[in-house]
Amino acid sequence: MKKLDRKEIAARVARDIPEGSYVNLGIGLPTLVADYIPKGREIILHSENGILGMGPKPAPGTEDPDLINAGKEPVTMLPGGAFFHHADAFGMIRGRHLDFAVLGAFQVAVNGDLANWHTGAPDAIPAVGGAMDLAVGAKKVFVMMEHLTKRGESKIVERCTYPLTGARCVDRVYTDLAVLDIKPDGVHVVDIVDGLSFDELQRLTGVPLKKLATAA
Amino acid sequence: MIDKLVASPAAALADVPDGATVMIGGFGNAGMPSELIDALIEQGARDLTIVNNNAGNGDAGLAALLKAKRVRKILCSFPRQVDSWHFDKLYHAKEVELELVPQGTLAERIRAAGAGIGGFYTPTAVGTRLAEGKETRRIGERDYVLEYPIHADYALIKADRADRWGNLVYRKSARNFGPIMASAARITVAQVRETVELGMLDPETVVTPGIFVKRVVRISEAAKKAA
Repeated sequence: MKKLDRKEIAARVARDIPEGSYVNLGIGLPTLVADYIPKGREIILHSENGILGMGPKPAPGTEDPDLINAGKEPVTMLPGGAFFHHADAFGMIRGRHLDFAVLGAFQVAVNGDLANWHTGAPDAIPAVGGAMDLAVGAKKVFVMMEHLTKRGESKIVERCTYPLTGARCVDRVYTDLAVLDIKPDGVHVVDIVDGLSFDELQRLTGVPLKKLATAA
Repeated sequence: MIDKLVASPAAALADVPDGATVMIGGFGNAGMPSELIDALIEQGARDLTIVNNNAGNGDAGLAALLKAKRVRKILCSFPRQVDSWHFDKLYHAKEVELELVPQGTLAERIRAAGAGIGGFYTPTAVGTRLAEGKETRRIGERDYVLEYPIHADYALIKADRADRWGNLVYRKSARNFGPIMASAARITVAQVRETVELGMLDPETVVTPGIFVKRVVRISEAAKKAA
């Protein structure tokens, strides 16, 4: 079996985002997706600090401190881009104008519950940012994460044990082992990495999986 | 003649009382009104309630205000950062109160205050611990949580250009919280890079109309370099 690395997961997500989509890429792993959007496919990136039409990283020496993304990294603008204030930025999110949000996660439950903002540790300083808005607002919520924790436990779970970011909000999960659709009747396997069988994936995953009808 | 231009940050903030609620614009360093924050530290008001997206980075700006123990409470969405050590220390010592608000709810609560809205129902945070103890209501097919506006005594914001009526134009993503905070505070103070004659800002492109702004302070690039 060959696990996907972070870049390969990002490329796999990018493949599924169609031309013309408005997309918010979460901080961290999801940000990588921008680098793998196929050439010639026009996709408009939204940043919750007030940008539509975000472009790639600036060349060294041309960074502008007034032009940053939600992760506070310098970015550029594409021709046609726009700036707006924070309430509009989140109005776009909650108002169901974004086609996709791609988020990282600690856990995803079979019913689509998402946990990605808090480990639940009592002494941890909580910080939520825009995660809860993106989880409930985007038309489709994609999650990118490793399939297993460092201790080998499945991050796809029956019920989240970490505090929730949003209830029943995840549509699809991309991991280093598989692509899974969260549907009302359960978790469907869309894709498995080369060399891993359905049965082996089932053994590693904490919840019952369904084979996609077309893949059976 | 209306003239909202004020000579210095100190003059613009001289009347901030102890216990005031102060909104501070900016997202990270973009749009952070550094010179106004420095003047607020110098001015000495304490027991402040601060509204900002974060809780200070590094040792300057809001972090310095926290370090000086002038903040009683902070409302923000993302306090924990790699360089939020001053907040972290005060939080663990229980010397500052935190009200954690999802970012979009924070923005909308500020907008609501400025627009005279008494409250609103949002789908954000339903079913999470940030909605605990709050009224929820099913409207149509969805559940929503009731949120209230955040009003402020002062808003300190940064814009790019202003005229003497207080009309503002921002620069790139530094706009962020500026326009909504300007509307939500009793006294909004804007620091700007440049002031221009009345009529020089195209009315089609004014982002914050002067009705939301009480005082404008120009911080020239030359003054910045000298500092």
